[in-house]
Formats: sequence, structure tokens, C-alpha cells
Amino acid sequence: MGEALLSIRGLSICTSVSAGTTEILRGIDLDLQRGTILGLVGESGSGKSTLGLATMGYTREGLRIAAGAIVFDGVDLTRSSEHQRRSMRGVRIAYVAQSAAAAFNPARRLFDQSIEVALGRGRQGRRAVTEGLIELYSRLQLPNPGALGRRYPHHVSGGQLQRAMTAMALVPEPDLIIFDEPTTALDVTTQIDVLAAIRDVIASSRTAAIFISHDLALVAQMADRIMVLRHGQVVEEAATREMLRAPREAYTRSLWAAHEFRAAPKPMCQEAAAPLLRAKDINASYARSPVLREVTLEVHAGRTLAVVGESGSGKSTLAKVIAGAMAADTGALEFAGESLAGGYRRRSRAQLCRIQLIAQSPDTALNPRQRVGDAIGRPLTLYHGLRGAARQRRMRELLAELELDPDRYADRFPGELSGGQKQRVCIARALAAEPSLVICDEVTSGLDTIVAQDTLNLLSRLQRERNLAYLFITHDLTIVRAIADDVAVMQAGRVVRSGSRDQVLAPPYDPYTELLLSSVPEMDPDWLDGLLARRRGGH
Amino acid sequence: MARTLGLFKTAPPSARFGAAVVVAYGVVAVLAPILAPYGETQVVGVEFAAWSAQHWLGTDDLGRDVLSRLLYGARNTIGIAIITTVLAAVVGGTLGLVAGTLRGWVDQVLGRLVDVLMAVPSLILTLLLLAILGTSTFSMIAIIAMIEATRIFRLARALAYAIGAVDFVTAARVRGEGLVWIIFREVLPNAGAPLIAEFGLRFCFVFLFIATLSFLGLGIQPPAADWGSMVRDNATLISYGQMSPLIPAAAIALLTLAVNLIVDWLVHQASGLRE
Repeated sequence: MGEALLSIRGLSICTSVSAGTTEILRGIDLDLQRGTILGLVGESGSGKSTLGLATMGYTREGLRIAAGAIVFDGVDLTRSSEHQRRSMRGVRIAYVAQSAAAAFNPARRLFDQSIEVALGRGRQGRRAVTEGLIELYSRLQLPNPGALGRRYPHHVSGGQLQRAMTAMALVPEPDLIIFDEPTTALDVTTQIDVLAAIRDVIASSRTAAIFISHDLALVAQMADRIMVLRHGQVVEEAATREMLRAPREAYTRSLWAAHEFRAAPKPMCQEAAAPLLRAKDINASYARSPVLREVTLEVHAGRTLAVVGESGSGKSTLAKVIAGAMAADTGALEFAGESLAGGYRRRSRAQLCRIQLIAQSPDTALNPRQRVGDAIGRPLTLYHGLRGAARQRRMRELLAELELDPDRYADRFPGELSGGQKQRVCIARALAAEPSLVICDEVTSGLDTIVAQDTLNLLSRLQRERNLAYLFITHDLTIVRAIADDVAVMQAGRVVRSGSRDQVLAPPYDPYTELLLSSVPEMDPDWLDGLLARRRGGH
Repeated sequence: MARTLGLFKTAPPSARFGAAVVVAYGVVAVLAPILAPYGETQVVGVEFAAWSAQHWLGTDDLGRDVLSRLLYGARNTIGIAIITTVLAAVVGGTLGLVAGTLRGWVDQVLGRLVDVLMAVPSLILTLLLLAILGTSTFSMIAIIAMIEATRIFRLARALAYAIGAVDFVTAARVRGEGLVWIIFREVLPNAGAPLIAEFGLRFCFVFLFIATLSFLGLGIQPPAADWGSMVRDNATLISYGQMSPLIPAAAIALLTLAVNLIVDWLVHQASGLRE
């Protein structure tokens, strides 16, 4: 333990609007030694990204540093000139953004944009920098490192791009790297490779790092110390193992608990009972490229079928086919004993009413120009003919049932709600139809851990009260474990495994299910090491 | 409406200036009979009289008062331009939203039809159709509205495509909503800002186009006062160093500028850009 590389004292950041400033960060103290990784954990809006950027002496537009000192290697960034700060960014302090796909310039080759900063520093020639970059590519286990840099960003996959961005950050040999949710946009299986690569490279280069994530289990793999943020303040800071063993604060424990959430198990379904929905040999394609191949599954009333798979496995397409937003090429759908037509245009209103879809992103699922009350009221009028006071009363009941105060929220526009509230409105809109089957397409993936847990709780309660069937589409096996009764695992458009939760999520696994299962981060700091050792041993 | 007025409070000076000019033109157009010292077609003096106390802007080639005709001209030119633009916006906008929402063969048929119309230069098409139908205010309005409707169709269709791909429209379709609901309740409210901006721009084009036709003698027919034909009728005065024909031209230029200033600001608002 020598002198801290980065030391922040009493940092406060607020909005720079003159009227009524809001503090985004309040009195943050932080110390970071060389060669260590600090994990920043918190929900969205907790200020973790703002803190990450502040370590470079940078604030987003509309924010300013109100108080405190950010001392990086002996220089106080809050007192240095903009020129001094700029000369440090990218060179001595690097930043890896959440979405590499959005952060790279799509019109330039990877090499050209990756070596820019290092060249600007002027210590090394172009050839030396390029060689350094190729070496980093191979250390990050990118395929064909010599040729990769000549490609454009859209030529490589998301996971590769995220690693290429890490390489770009490492080229100038910075003293500190900030990773802001570097794997959030990636699949669980890809995430493992990226995490392992990042950790190995950091360990071998004695760089310090700040790892920002909302996922505690991830941070536990990466960080030596963890700092939990909430509402711009430090809730708790401790060494990783210590914090995992004995979290001190109630809030930290609630983050832990969200990981452990389990819905009450339901009795096994009687095999004799006819399924509510039966899909048989469904084939579907986009522009002649097949997306679903012979998908067969059944959903029973009052039970939850979870469809799991990586992105691109066809799960969302399956949701669209069942909801009627897209017609299948071949195959048969049967709902409540009747045959169900492919496209929504050929379905009866009663059928449309009984199957409701809750889309992945609540931001786009609600019409921004429609008030909450109208969004929920519309299905009431359309399907049940409720108007005027009757419709108003039912709408308010639904809002109240979803724990949204009707007086406060009925007249709001979606833009005036948080992500979790919007998702509740979407659920209320689906329930207004009084459906038998609700298709939930990644309903919690855009939400914070605790909000997601609340939403799952809510969905479980509604299922018990109304005997709803859920078709729950997710990539997150934690959620599957939490709420599924039955599970179907999808890979490349096929259902590779299906059965009850206990059958599918217990040995003997098929290889793909095992890969998915083993890729879900666990709250054990040794999990990643163990997993990598097992996988290397296995091959 | 109240919201639009409220928006103007935060408008930059350029948009306020534009709005003031448009309002002034509107007042002149409505109150022309009261403001004008003489009648629209009244012959009040000798031909091409110079500017004087009786005739502030002189008289024209038939001895009519230029100021009076300028004020009445606002009525004809702006009135016809507004009717034409509204017609174009309603027809083009509705068809565009229908085509973009329904897609499939409806979109193909309407789209190709519009392509055909857009492929012919608009002035040639107009002259051709006016020759067939005969020059009347009614046929002029119909022809210009049809041509401008193709442009609005394009924008409305593109907007309907973009908005139609968003989840809330899919949700409405799957809910079993009809076409009218989807277009007017889901798509249109979210396409409002760009369509309003386009409306303003189209108004400028229509207005200039009418003036062009009138200058060619095919637009608003004599003896009705109209700025385009006023420029033509008095054009010979230019060679004598008289600026009377430039005044209706300046009136056209100022209104076009004013509408553009408002439109710029509306587009700015719609795109969410900040300076």
C-alpha cells in the first residue's frame, strides 16, 4: 500500500441550473491504490456513472462540481486547467463506455480510432502503437488479432467490440481505467469471456480500475473493494469478501435479497389438464431467413412458462408470433381449445383480448402523447365497453392494484414516470383486458435490481389472484429460477430443452443449458475463477 | 392552442418577428376593405401616376390605386394559398399516414402514383393541366394542392413508417384497434411537430407558386388584385427607375421570410435540439 493513485475528498456534484440545484453526489470520499479494482454498485440514478466520469475531472452537461477535491497522482483535477485535464483523459485515465457499438465511430476502422489517443501523445511511432494494439487484442483473446483492426465496428460482434474498446483504452497504458457497465449489453455467455479478459489484462498491467455495475454478482468477480451508492451518497464501502459475508447496511442486504428472490412453488400441473396455449411445429422467418424452427410448447392456466435463451435465439419472435404481431410461416397455434389464426387481423376480438403482450421496453410501449389514464382506459372501452364513470372507476382500481396512486398518476404522460412506473402502467394496461395469458417479453431487463424484484413480486401476486398464465421471455436465469414453473430453453430458433423448472435446471443438463446456467454470475468472489478453471479443465 | 401560444413566450426574437409579420398580414387581409383608400378594381386616375398624397404608391397600367390593390392582394394571394395548403396537407397527410400504416399494396399503389406526379417538373405539369382544364381559381387550387400533396404524402408516409415500428403502435394493432384509431390516436399525435413544420414550408412554396403563375398570367385572374400579377402589370416601370413593381415583390419576400422563421423555430423545437 503506497500513496493512493486517486483520492477523492468530500466531492459534491450538483445541477448547474440556478433555480433549485439538486445534488447528484454528496460528500463522496474515495481512495484507489495502483493495481486494485474498485467496484461501484447502485441503482440507476444513484450517481455511479457521474462519479465515474468525475474521476476524470469531467461532468456531463448541466452538472458542475460544487465542492471537494479529486486528486489524481498528486494533481487536483478540480483546480487544474481544462487543458491539463484534457491531456490526462484517454492517456492517463481511460474510460470504457457501456455500449461499445454506440461509442465507436461506425465510419472508421478499429485500428485508426484505437491508436488515435496514443499517437496524439507522441511518444511512440505509428508502427509501435499498432504492434501494441495487436498484442492487446491477442491478450484479450480476440480472434485473428492482426487483421481485426482493419475491420469496421459493425463487422465484429458486440462482445468483440467491447473487448476492442478495452484494448483501445489500454493502448496508451493508462494508470486508471473506468469501466461503466462494460458487459450490460452482452449475453451472459459472452459476458464471461469479456470479464475474464478484462481482469487478466488489468492484473498483468498494474493498472487501477473502477468497475461500475448495477449487478452485484458481477462486481464481486471483478473488484477488490466494493462501494455501494444510493441517492448520490456512499451507503457502505468494504473489501469484497467482507461485504459479501456480512453486509452492514439494510440497503446492501436488500440488494443481496433481490438475488435470492423465489416465488412460492406451485403444485405440479395435472398432465391430464388441457393446456391454455399449445404451439406446435412453429416455423417463422424474417425476409426468408428462418428465426423459429419447429417450436413446440404448451402453457397451462395459472402457471409460468419461462422461455430462456441468448439474444438472437428467437425468443422475442416467438412472443410476437403468439401475440399475433407476426404470422408464422407454418405450424399450428391452439388457444383455449380453439385454433388461433396467425396474424392479429384474422383473430377475433375475444382472442386478442385474452392474450396480452407486455413489451420489453416500457419507454416505447406507451404512446408518449397519451395520458396514463387513457392508456389503461382504452382496453376497458375496446373490450368491455366501459365508458365514462365506470371506465374511470375501473382504471383507478387497476392503478391502485399496481400500487400507483390514481390521484397522482392517472393524468401523467409516460415521460413523467420512472422506468419501473411505466412498466407498471404497461402491466395495468394488459390486465385491463382481463386476459388469460400474458406474454412478458424481458419485462424486467430494463429495470434496476430492486425495482425488477418488486415487479416480479407483483406479477406473482397477480398470477395467484387471477389464475393468469405467463409466457415469460428472458435471458436471465436468475429470474427463471425465481418465478418459472416450466422452462423452455431456446437456441438458434429451436427449443433444445423443455420441462418443469426442476427438471430443466437440475442435472443431467444438455450442453447448452449447462453453458447458460454456468454463465450466470453468482455471489461468490471465487465463482469466475472456478468457472474458468473448470472450463479449461473440461476442454 | 393555449400550449402553442405558451410556447411563443419562450420563442427566440426571429420567431417572434415572423409571427408578428404573419399576424400583420392576416389583419391586412381581413380588413382590406376598411384600410384601402380606394376600391380593388376602381379606376381612379391616369395610368402610371407617380407617388403622391392621393395615391401613396401611384397608380398602375389602368389607373388603379397601387396601395389599395396591394392591400386587397393580400386577401387573394394569402387566402388562396392557405386554402390550397390546407387541402394539400389534409389529402397528402391522410393518404401518407394511411399508406405508411397499412403498408402492402395500398402503399405501393399510392407510392408509385406519387412518384409519377413527382417525376414531372411541377411548373410544366401545372401549365399542362391549366391548359386542359382552363384557367380558373378553382382548377388552380386543385392542381397546386395535388402537386404539394405529393410532398406532404412523402413525409407523412415516412413518419408513419417510423412511428408504426415503435412498440406502442404494435400494441395497438395487436389490441385489435382499427385503422382510424391507429392513425389519429397513435401515429398522428406523435408526428405533429414535423408535419406542422412541413405545413409552414409548403405554405411558402404554394404562395410563391401562385405568384409565379399569376406573373405568367395563369394564376389569379384580372381584375382581382394579386401580387404576382401586379409585378407583371407594372414591370415596365422598372426601366423608368420607378420602384412600384418591387413593392408587391417585397411583400411576397417578407411573408416567405416570416413563415420560414417560424418554421425554423418549430423544426428546432420538434427535433429537440438546443442551440
